[in-house]
Amino acid sequence: MITWQSVPETKRFIETEGAAEAVHRCFERIKQNDFNSFITLNIEDALSVAEHASGGRLCGVPIAIKDNISTHGIQTTCASKILTGYIPPYNATVIERLEREGAVIIGKTNMDEFAMGTSTETSYYGAVENPWNGRCVPGGSSGGSAAALAGGEVPLALGSDTGGSVRCPASFCGVVGLKPTYGAVSRYGLISYANSLEQIGPMATTVADAALLFNVVAGYDKRDSTSVKKQFDTTEPLDMKGMKIGVPGEYFGEGMNSVVEKAVWNAVYSFEDLGAEYKEVSMPHTKYSLAAYYIIAMSEASSNLARFDGLRYGHHAEEGDCHTSFSKTRAEGFGDEVKRRILLGSYALSAGYHDKYYLKALKVRTLVKKDFESAFKTYDMLLAPTMPYPAFKLGEKIKDPLSLYLADVNTVPINLAGVPAVSVPCGFENKLPVGLQLIGDFFDEKTILQAAHKFENSTDFHNRRPGGE
Amino acid sequence: MAYENKDQVKIGLEIHIQLNKLNTKMFCGCRTDYQSDEPNTHTCPICLGLPGALPVVNKKAVECAIKVGLALNCKISEYTQFYRKNYYYPDLPKGFQITQYDYPIAHDGSIIIEGEDGERCVRINRAHMEEDPGRLVHEGSIEHSKYTLVDYNRSGVALLEVVTEPDLQSPKEARRFLDKLRNIIEYLDVSDVNLEGAVRVDANISIMGGQRSETKNISSHKASEKALLYEIVRQKNVLRRGKTVVQETRHFDEAREITVSLRTKEEAHDYRYFPEPDLVPFRIADLAPMIKETLPELPDAQRERFIAQYGIQEEHAKTLTAELKLATFFEEVLFKGADVMLASTWIADLLKGELNYRGKTIDSFSKTDLLEILSLLEKNKITEKSGIEIVRTLLDTQNQSVSRIVKGKGLLRIEGDEVTEMVKQAVEGNKDAVADYKNGKNEALNFIVGAVMKKTRGRADPKKVRELIIQQLHTTQAGINS
Ligand SMILES: [Zn+2]
Repeated sequence: MITWQSVPETKRFIETEGAAEAVHRCFERIKQNDFNSFITLNIEDALSVAEHASGGRLCGVPIAIKDNISTHGIQTTCASKILTGYIPPYNATVIERLEREGAVIIGKTNMDEFAMGTSTETSYYGAVENPWNGRCVPGGSSGGSAAALAGGEVPLALGSDTGGSVRCPASFCGVVGLKPTYGAVSRYGLISYANSLEQIGPMATTVADAALLFNVVAGYDKRDSTSVKKQFDTTEPLDMKGMKIGVPGEYFGEGMNSVVEKAVWNAVYSFEDLGAEYKEVSMPHTKYSLAAYYIIAMSEASSNLARFDGLRYGHHAEEGDCHTSFSKTRAEGFGDEVKRRILLGSYALSAGYHDKYYLKALKVRTLVKKDFESAFKTYDMLLAPTMPYPAFKLGEKIKDPLSLYLADVNTVPINLAGVPAVSVPCGFENKLPVGLQLIGDFFDEKTILQAAHKFENSTDFHNRRPGGE
Repeated sequence: MAYENKDQVKIGLEIHIQLNKLNTKMFCGCRTDYQSDEPNTHTCPICLGLPGALPVVNKKAVECAIKVGLALNCKISEYTQFYRKNYYYPDLPKGFQITQYDYPIAHDGSIIIEGEDGERCVRINRAHMEEDPGRLVHEGSIEHSKYTLVDYNRSGVALLEVVTEPDLQSPKEARRFLDKLRNIIEYLDVSDVNLEGAVRVDANISIMGGQRSETKNISSHKASEKALLYEIVRQKNVLRRGKTVVQETRHFDEAREITVSLRTKEEAHDYRYFPEPDLVPFRIADLAPMIKETLPELPDAQRERFIAQYGIQEEHAKTLTAELKLATFFEEVLFKGADVMLASTWIADLLKGELNYRGKTIDSFSKTDLLEILSLLEKNKITEKSGIEIVRTLLDTQNQSVSRIVKGKGLLRIEGDEVTEMVKQAVEGNKDAVADYKNGKNEALNFIVGAVMKKTRGRADPKKVRELIIQQLHTTQAGINS
């Protein structure tokens, strides 16, 4: 049905059949798959944009956008009831940059509510099926974007990564997902979950496509004070000879699936074959990362989500005075996981506990960052499993929040430090993809993307498709 | 007389000043000149707190805050940072206010005011920036309105909060402090303090044996003094009844001139302050020296200069520099060649008095008019009394000019033969008084002077008239004798 998947293939298809036909095929595929990967489809608008597409690096190329990125005129819900019906009157910076390059927005992808989750099961709009196995989760929180890519619904997607939300679903769905350096991509228009940790990240089926998308959306934006004045060029090829790779032992902890472990080590050896040298390295503060991450993320979330009071947009419950109405709106509008994080975050910030939890977490964060800074004095890149195991079953962990939190053990240290990391397919376990995480130094997306590209060229994991297509 | 402060009154103030002279808001590009516009027309995703919108610091606002900090003799922090103050209110679209906590822009300053017994040094704890919330509008009164409307035009306007130590010892001192602060703000040109809601005061006060109360959102200097006076009485009454003054937040009911309890310490909000992750800390240490160089002359310095440079009276210098426009008016009049002593007396005493009486400002008087009046006075063409009459006429009627008033009212001083002739007539027409004078009654002379002045309608110089009468009496005497 769909004969193309990568951006170059899509462009070739567009040359002969036209962009509108490509967009049309996307919608057909979405309908046929029925993975619930999208919350909102932008059918009419996408077809008309495609018909008028003229120029740009992504001219006519369909793209899926995670539903926490503001799109002018297209409903943006964060997969929450509380934002149902909210139509942003402005575009996120990344959307402006995509439109400038001619990309066509297909729709808004499903996700964990407010990006709080590792399985896309906390969505108000229902869970998403993993294209490799319909009874498994696609990972989260950008599960809709990853499933849409793996299911051949779109060639490109944007996700967001606060503690692994791009890399986890990329790993579970066998696609490529990059968490850029903090400050590389403007967050203007990204609906905040934990501002100091998150970045919008490109997702694709090949490293080259992810790099292209990164180059389009990255770069300084005066509307985001945390964005950095840097130029990114990830296209220049890199010689792997003599490259120094560190393999942090702490990332192969308890509860790790042995096939995952084997796949990652095989990847390390592949890099050795390409001329790189590797050494095991210790990142001693890794074990404190999860606790610090959840305290910081929940604290920021408790404040970020305070604005959803139903007064100006989204779900509104009318009752009594304004404070009663706020309470009712929030009680009805937020799901359990969101409420849990708001409560825990408010607690961690409250008088008497602030120093014990929030400030302590900030101190741990500094130490975790130092682990990375010292590692990158010696190594060009670190290799680790993205997730300790492949996709788990729908409903398997959702009733046990703590076990879900533990799944983020290898992804959150990267967000605490602010360094970039990309997940690429490196094997299969039980017919489910396994992800390799390449972690780079600050603003050195180029090294990890070029290395991932070389790895991709020397393996064929990325060529396999769900259902053997 | 020494001031005792027998109740050990301690007052500390928190003053919120809208930096309304900035063109745009604190964290977005919306214009601040919304006063006469429709509600919710000066808004954007940022000041409406829409999901995903991010704040960007208005650099000019930070410069204004540094200016004020320097003028209050504060230290400027090396780095400054913004924090979130979390609480729910419909006027707060993000559910938190961006403000400062640790690392305020300026800290540890002081200014000197005229205290109850000599100079009082009031320490400034800090001066920091924050954003103004929106404005709630009730139809009719708060109690009876069926609904509340929210206007976000004000949302995100830059506010500067100045916090003093509890160094003020009386409500009068508090008012003087506020006057002085307002004066400095005016000289720095960072806020039009006369606009509605431009200055709001929270006043902390305690007396011996009690905890402090905080009275919130007082809208004027006069109201601050009244609220504080009421609080002293209230707290004394509580103590007199053997009860304890508890720490609480109160509200000043301006109509009834009393304060009422809002919440006690137990009910106090936990604002869960934490650093605003969307705004990185930034270095301001390098800005301070540059801004210091551009600081204008401040009221204290200007007052000293007026005394030293022009030799005017201290009281006059104080009055003139209590208002930037008055001081500027004075110096411009001098520049146009007016006599210094005449100008200082006329502006600081007479003109200012007439303006105050009418509730007007110096804006309603033209420099050219004053210059004309001063010039007539200097050349002795009119009397001081006529001068005041001209000033009043100019203030009370429209489309007038000094020359027209002088002509219309015949205010030009009567001199020479005309006066001599009137004196002659008065001497001849008051034979009794002349006789009394000759019999040694000196008061009789005053009666004759009065008669002449009445006849000239005050336009002659009474001293000159007196001289002329004596001269006349002596000539007639000589005539009789001969
Ligand atoms: Zn605005």
